[in-house]
Amino acid sequence: MNKGLLRYFGKTVARMLLLLVAVSMISFFLVNNAPMNAVDAFLGEAKVTDEQRALIEERWGLNKPPLERYLIWGNNVLHGDMGESLYYHQPVSKVLKEKFLSSIVLMGTAWILSGLIGFVLGVLSGVYRGTWIDRIIKTFSLVLASTPVFWIGLLMLVVFAVELQWFPLGLAAPIGKSVNDVTLSERIHHLVLPALTLSITGIANIILHTRQKLIDVMESDYVLFAKARGENLKQLVTRHGLRNIALPAITLQFAYFSELFGGSVLAENVFSYPGLGSSAVLAGLHADAPLLLGIALFSALFVFVGNLTANIIYGIIDPQIREGGGING
Amino acid sequence: MEKEILLEVRHLSIGFESYNAKVEKVIFNAISDLSLTVHKGEIVAIVGSSGSGKSLLAHAVMNILPDNARTGGTMFYKGELLTPERMNRLRGHEIAFIPQSVAFLDPLMQVGEQVVGTLGEKARALQQKAFEHFGLKQSVAKLYPFQLSGGMARRVLLSTSYVAETEMIIADEPTPGLDLKIAIEALKDFRLLADQGKGVILITHDIDLALHVADKIAIFYDGRVVETADTQTFRGDGQGLKHPYSRALFHALPQNGFNLQRCPKCGATCATWNVDEKGMRCGCGNS
Ligand SMILES: Nc1ncnc2c1ncn2[C@@H]1O[C@H](COP(=O)(O)OP(=O)(O)O)[C@@H](O)[C@H]1O
Ligand SMILES: [Mg+2]
Repeated sequence: MNKGLLRYFGKTVARMLLLLVAVSMISFFLVNNAPMNAVDAFLGEAKVTDEQRALIEERWGLNKPPLERYLIWGNNVLHGDMGESLYYHQPVSKVLKEKFLSSIVLMGTAWILSGLIGFVLGVLSGVYRGTWIDRIIKTFSLVLASTPVFWIGLLMLVVFAVELQWFPLGLAAPIGKSVNDVTLSERIHHLVLPALTLSITGIANIILHTRQKLIDVMESDYVLFAKARGENLKQLVTRHGLRNIALPAITLQFAYFSELFGGSVLAENVFSYPGLGSSAVLAGLHADAPLLLGIALFSALFVFVGNLTANIIYGIIDPQIREGGGING
Repeated sequence: MEKEILLEVRHLSIGFESYNAKVEKVIFNAISDLSLTVHKGEIVAIVGSSGSGKSLLAHAVMNILPDNARTGGTMFYKGELLTPERMNRLRGHEIAFIPQSVAFLDPLMQVGEQVVGTLGEKARALQQKAFEHFGLKQSVAKLYPFQLSGGMARRVLLSTSYVAETEMIIADEPTPGLDLKIAIEALKDFRLLADQGKGVILITHDIDLALHVADKIAIFYDGRVVETADTQTFRGDGQGLKHPYSRALFHALPQNGFNLQRCPKCGATCATWNVDEKGMRCGCGNS
């Protein structure tokens, strides 16, 4: 590995750490100042005396000043202890892992689906710009882009689950079945609607970006020259078009990681899908500060890894970076 | 002996549609009523300052103008009407185009691959020959455009016209950035092609260079052909030249003593005749 690349990685990792510290601080103080009280949430309707309440607060360390609590918490996180979830009564790290595994299936499917469908439709619409194909695809994406995720989710539920009854109403597996008995086809059956809903949020963006980028490339001087040398439309698209939109498409696809995470909160809730997204909402409703912080940290890490991967892939396939030799102007 | 006409451009006009601040459609005429004839065996040099429409003419012939361009006029190739469809079939095979800059190379494709293009294995051998001819190492084939120097890029662009069996070449400023030896080599190649009965349009803003190889010189100014003259007319005392602009160009040539002419517009003696990238500027600021 050369010096430049090493420095690049060093910088990136340093940035990642800084980002995580910032995210942890901001979320810690936000959670701290939120109009929710963990003790109230914990007790629910139960009546307790003031002494008992004070005891709980002391036990949880709630009587210490915020900065001290942040430092204690930060120190614990550094040692791999993210605390215990108040809602699940399990270590936060365990909850995160479990929920993430279930979310990653959903997000991964949606990610690949939206990437593939979005790219293909975007290319079609760019190649056939101005024709009826383009108009249909463009209208489709504009409608999608202006429709909220939860609404699409509800629509899907009404049409495919309630009316047509093709797919189940929610959850990741049939109710009342033990985890080990759930078959793959049952899992997939439960995954289809939430994954489609989630992927639809990204598709519009990917279509419109891919379309515009392809149009730019097809109007470039190098495509003009290729035309002047007798290449037909198919050759122009496959030899120059796809090659030149691949890099921006990859960047976009990974940048979409963050949106995916946001979308999953909504999609998982509409479909009662037990992933990170719905846990985040549960943690919020139940003032489960440790879990909420864990999820915040984790999602920052997740988004960051997405961007980092994009950069690495970029470095591998962009000849200007790969071959070095300096980037001209 | 009357030579056969290869390409004839009649009353070509090119305008660009755009919208002004009031969202009204406006048309900017870049080329108006331009006619040009290229005979077999001829090099026609097109000389004009930057922005005079030289590249546009080449792009119009190749049918690669942008979508917002509106064209008028007709073109004939080998005596038959040159429709866009016919051009699309001819380009790359019978008619080759050498573009003006490295921007016309795909930034993400190795240049050897680009020179070969879609012409197949036989073109690969020709590509290697072309590189050798222009003093490019074979390893250059594996480079990407951003790794080329200006001169190398120019030679790669020249090589693209070597891989096809062409009847006509349109070269858009093919020499800047080349060292003299290779520039002369490239011009000799054009001469050779012309002597074989092919046609060459050589676009340049260097009239001196045009004088060395061309048979005819078309002087461009602001989207029009001011004058088409035989190269001979530019020799001797230049009295055969009809247009004051051509005569001004003629007298400004080094071999004619850099004679400063009166500005055709204001009639005053200009401090400098400046035919450069920006256009033909005179001290009177009238151009
Ligand atoms: N796509 C375009 N849209 C609008 N104007 C253009 C476009 N392309 C070229 N022009 C204009 O046409 C004129 C001629 O350009 P060009 O043929 O490139 O000049 P030359 O090659 O002689 O330097 C210039 O004024 C330029 O601004
Ligand atoms: Mg030009």
